[in-house]
Amino acid sequence: MSTTAPVGTGPRPTIVLVGHGMVGQRFLEALAERGLTATHRVVVLCEEPRPAYDRVALTSYFSGKTPEDLSMTDMAFIEKERIELYVGDPAETVDREARRVTAKSGQVFEYDILVLATGSYPFVPPVPNKDAEGCFVYRTIEDLLAIEEYAKTKATTGAVVGGGLLGLEAAGALKGLGLGAHIVEFAPRLMPVQVDDGGGAALLRTIENMGLTVHTGVGTQEIVTDESGAVTGMKLSDGSELATDLVVFSAGVRPRDQLARDCGLTVGERGGITVDEQCRTVNDPHVFAIGECALAADGRVYGLVAPGYEQAETAAATIAADEASFTGADLSTKLKLLGVDVASFGDAHGATEDCLDVVYSDSRAGLYKKLVIGSDGTLLGGILVGDAEAYGTLKAFTGSVPPVSPESLVLPAGAGEPAQLGPSALPDDAIICSCNNVRKGTIRGAVTEHKCTTVPEVKKCTKAGTTCGSCVKVLGQLVNAELEASGVEVDKGLCGCFGQTRQELYEIVLALRITSYQDLLDRYGREGARGGDGCEICKPAVGSIIASLAPTLGASGYVLDGEQASLQDTNDHFLANLQKNGSYSIVPRIPGGEITPEKLIVIGEVARDFGLYTKITGGQRIDMFGARVEQLPMIWARLVDAGFESGHAYGKALRTVKSCVGQTWCRYGVQDSVRMAIDLELRYRGLRSPHKLKSAVSGCQRECAEAQSKDFGVIATANGWNLYVAGNGGATPRHADLLAQDLSDAELIRLIDRFLMFYIRTADRLERTSTWLERIEGGLDHVRDVVVHDSLGICDELEKLMADHVANYRDEWAETINDPEKLSRFVSFVNAPDTPDPLVSFVPERDQIKPDLPLLSIGTRPLEGTATR
Amino acid sequence: MTLAPETTDLKVQLLLDGTGDWFTVCDLALLTPGRGVAALLPDGRQAAIFLDRSGRLYAIDNRDPFTGAAVLSRGLIGSAQGRPFVASPLLKQRFDLESGKCLDDDEVAVTAYEVRSAGVAV
Ligand SMILES: Cc1cc2nc3c(=O)[nH]c(=O)nc-3n(C[C@H](O)[C@H](O)[C@H](O)COP(=O)(O)OP(=O)(O)OC[C@H]3O[C@@H](n4cnc5c(N)ncnc54)[C@H](O)[C@@H]3O)c2cc1C
Ligand code: SF4
Ligand code: FES
Repeated sequence: MSTTAPVGTGPRPTIVLVGHGMVGQRFLEALAERGLTATHRVVVLCEEPRPAYDRVALTSYFSGKTPEDLSMTDMAFIEKERIELYVGDPAETVDREARRVTAKSGQVFEYDILVLATGSYPFVPPVPNKDAEGCFVYRTIEDLLAIEEYAKTKATTGAVVGGGLLGLEAAGALKGLGLGAHIVEFAPRLMPVQVDDGGGAALLRTIENMGLTVHTGVGTQEIVTDESGAVTGMKLSDGSELATDLVVFSAGVRPRDQLARDCGLTVGERGGITVDEQCRTVNDPHVFAIGECALAADGRVYGLVAPGYEQAETAAATIAADEASFTGADLSTKLKLLGVDVASFGDAHGATEDCLDVVYSDSRAGLYKKLVIGSDGTLLGGILVGDAEAYGTLKAFTGSVPPVSPESLVLPAGAGEPAQLGPSALPDDAIICSCNNVRKGTIRGAVTEHKCTTVPEVKKCTKAGTTCGSCVKVLGQLVNAELEASGVEVDKGLCGCFGQTRQELYEIVLALRITSYQDLLDRYGREGARGGDGCEICKPAVGSIIASLAPTLGASGYVLDGEQASLQDTNDHFLANLQKNGSYSIVPRIPGGEITPEKLIVIGEVARDFGLYTKITGGQRIDMFGARVEQLPMIWARLVDAGFESGHAYGKALRTVKSCVGQTWCRYGVQDSVRMAIDLELRYRGLRSPHKLKSAVSGCQRECAEAQSKDFGVIATANGWNLYVAGNGGATPRHADLLAQDLSDAELIRLIDRFLMFYIRTADRLERTSTWLERIEGGLDHVRDVVVHDSLGICDELEKLMADHVANYRDEWAETINDPEKLSRFVSFVNAPDTPDPLVSFVPERDQIKPDLPLLSIGTRPLEGTATR
Repeated sequence: MTLAPETTDLKVQLLLDGTGDWFTVCDLALLTPGRGVAALLPDGRQAAIFLDRSGRLYAIDNRDPFTGAAVLSRGLIGSAQGRPFVASPLLKQRFDLESGKCLDDDEVAVTAYEVRSAGVAV
C-alpha cells in the first residue's frame, strides 16, 4: 500500500480497541477523522465472528436483511486506515502494569492507549433449567441464526421473557417465524421503562390485536423440559404453566466489565466501568471505556447507541488532545414494533416538580399521546404510542417553550387547529438527529456551505439520519426549506417541455380527464414548449400515463391508436424490442413460466422457419432475436394462432411473474406457487407503468423463484402468502421489504392492486419501485400506511383503477394483426414495402445467427466515444 | 384509359443531392404526425422522413452514425427552442432535423435532405 510514513520518528504509539461493536466502529471512524490512524498503530480485537454490524437493526434479519446487509464495516476503510482487525479473537487478559493485552489466540499487543468497548451481555434470570435446549438470548446475529434454525425445525410456540423494547422486538420476530408468540413481563405493563400505564394499555391492545399473547404482572419461575432436556414450557409466578417449545430471555442487559474487573479497574455497584467525563477510566489514564460497558460520569450506564457514539467521539477527541466531554445524554427513543410507533423523549414520566400532563388517548385506534409541560410552558418530554409523527419536532423543542400550543401537536388533524409547526421554526442548536448528535445549524450548513442539495448528500456530509432513520423525515423538510431559502431553484420538472413531475402530470391527466398529449403540452407545458413537438422524454412518459388510465379516462388503451402511436418509443411502436443492428426480438407471454410441449414446439418451429436466434430469458420465457420489421406480423400471426399473446417485453409494463413448481411437485412447497404466478401475470399483463415491473412467486421460504429481488414478490407460508415489495436485481440490487404477512389469495391480490396503482401514480419517470420506495417521504412505513391501512383514503380508487385495467385488457398483437392499416406500418421502407433493410444481416455463431456488424467500422466514429457519454 | 394527366393526392418528394431531381417517395397520407418513415433511395442509401404536428416535413439520412444501424426513422421527434430534432432509438442522441447535426456531439452529423410535398401528375 502506498501511504505516507507517519509523522515523527520511532515506532508509532499503539491504540488497542477491545470490542468491535457499533460503538467500537464509530470510535475507529472518529480516529480516522482526526488523523489519528496516520499517527498511531491501531489494533482491534473483535470477539464475534464478523466485524461490526448494525445491532439496532438486528431484527430486520427476519424481514429479509442478510448479515452482509447489516454490516457497518467497510473493509476498504479498514485497509485504507491501516487498521489491524482481528476477527474472532477476543481479548483475554490485560496487564496494566506492562500495558499489554493478550488475546485468545495467544497474540500479545503492547498499548499506549487501551479502549474498552465490550458492550453488554443479556441478563438471564437464574431460574431452573435456564440453559435447556430451546433457550436463547437476543443480542447477536449468531443468536438469531440459532433461533431461526430451532424455530424452523423444533418449535411451534415461543415465549419471550421480558416485555421491554427488545422483548417486543423478539416476540415480533418469533411471530414472523410462524410461531405462536407469548410475552411474559414481570411489571404490570409493557415497556415499563419507556411508557406509562396509559401508553402501556394502548400498546397492549394493539399488540394483542396482532395475535401476540401478553402476560403482564407475572414472573418466570422455572423452565420445564422433557426427558431429552428440551424446553416444553414454563412455570409462572401465578401458579400457571405456559406450554412453549422455545424461550427467548430478554430481561435486560448487563455491562461486560469482567475484563476490566480482572485487571483491577473500578466498576460500579451494578456494573459498568467507571469513567470520567473524557471517558477515561478513573484508575488509569491509559485506559478508556465507551459504549454500553461504561459507567458514565453522570452515574449511568447507557443502553442506547446514540450516547455510545457520543462517548466514542469524546474518547477520540481526548486522545487527539482536543477538548470534549460526555456529561450525559438524552434517552429519547422512537421505534416501530410490529408496525406500531412508540416514542418517548425527555422527562417522559413527569418527574419534574410542578409539571403538568397533556394527554390524548383513543383506545379504539390504539393511540396514546402524552406531553409533559413545565409550569412555565416549557415542553419537558412525552410519550407517543400508535402515531409518532410529531416525535422529531417535539423532541427538538424539548427544553423550550414551543411557538404553538403543544396540544395542537398531538391532537389528530381535524380536531382543533391543525399543527402548523414545521422544523423551520426550530432554533439552530436544536438536535435534529439524536443518534449522531447533529444540530439543525449543522444541517443548514451542509446545504449552504457544503452545497448539498439532496437528503442522501446531507446524510453523507453530516452523518445525520444514518443510524435509526427516525429523523430522516424532518431532515428532508429542513433540506428543502434551506434550499428554498438560499434561492437554489430545484427544478423537479420532467423535462425541458414540462415543469411538473411525472406524478403531478398524472394527477392533472386523471383529474381533468385529459386524453391527448398535445392538449396537455399546450395547456400545461413550459411556456416555450407549448405548441411545439415535445420531446422523446415526455412523449412516452405521458403516453404511458394515458395508457395506464385509459379505461378510466375513456381513452383507447391501444398503444398504436391515433396520437398514442406517435408517443411510443420505437419498441412500443413496433411491439417488439429493437436490437443493436436494427432488427427486433420477440417474446411471447408464458405466464408463470408454465408452457405445454405443443406451445414449445410452435416456438421452435417459428424460430426455425424465420431463422431466429433463440435464448431462454431470466424471466422464464423464450426470446427470439433477429426479426426484421416486415417479418413481425407474419411471425405474430403464427404465434397468436397457436394461442400466444404479447409478452410486453418491449414496454414499460409488467414483464413476467416467475414461479417455482411449488407444492404441486416440490416436497417442500406449502402453496401452489405456479397457479398464483399465472393468476398474477394474467391480472397485471399489459399494465403500463413508470418502468418495467417484475415479479415472482415462491412455494416456500426456500425462495427458489427469487421473489425478494422483484418489484413485487410473493412467498408462500403455511398460512397463506407473504408479500414483499420494491426489490431489485440488476446493477443496484435491493432486497425487497416485507409489506404484509400471511395473506389469503384475495387479500394478496387486493394489496398488490393497491401497491401497483399507488406506485404508478406517484413514481417518477423511469423510476423502479426500489428507488421509488427509497425516495418517497416516509418510505416503506408510508407506503404500508397508504396501501394497508388506507391512511389517505384512496384505496377504493386504486382498486377501481386496477379493476378497470383488468376488465379492459386486450392483446395488442391480436389486435394489430387484424388491422390492415396498422399492419401497413410494419415495413422497412415506405416506398418499397417488399424490400428488406439490406443493412440488417447476420452471420453464424454456435449453430445460430448473430448480427453482422462490419458496417460499424465505416461509421463516422468509433463506438467507444458514445459509451462514456 | 384517358391520356390527360391527373393530379392525385399530395406526394412526398426528396431532392437528391448532385442530380437536382425531386424523387417521389410516397403519399403524404402515409406519414403520421410526430413519427418517421424510412425510404430507399435510388443509389441504395436510406432517408428518414418525418412529419411534425404542424405539417412540416423533414428528411435526414436514416443511418445512426453511432451504431451503424438504419433506425433514425424510428426515433421520436420533438422540438427544443423551436428547433425540431429526432432522438435515435438506440442510444438516444438527438439530431437536428433541419441541419442533420448531432446536438450531443459537435463532430457528428448526418446528411439532411430537402423535402417537400407536392401534387404530382400520374
Ligand atoms: C435487538 C436489539 C435492538 C436494539 N435497538 C436499539 C434501538 O432501537 N436504539 C438504540 O439506541 N439502541 C438499540 N439497541 C442497543 C444497541 O444495539 C447498543 O446500545 C449498541 O450496540 C451498543 O454498542 P457497543 O459497541 O457498546 O456494544 P456492542 O454493539 O454490544 O459491541 C460490543 C462488542 O464487543 C465484543 N466484546 C466483548 N468482550 C470482548 C473481548 N473481551 N474481546 C473482544 N471483543 C469483545 C462483543 O462481542 C461485541 O461484539 C438494540 C440492541 C439490540 C440487541
Ligand atoms: S421455493 Fe420451496 S416450494 Fe418452491 S421449489 Fe423451492 S423449495 Fe420447492
Ligand atoms: S435520530 Fe437516529 S438516525 Fe437520526
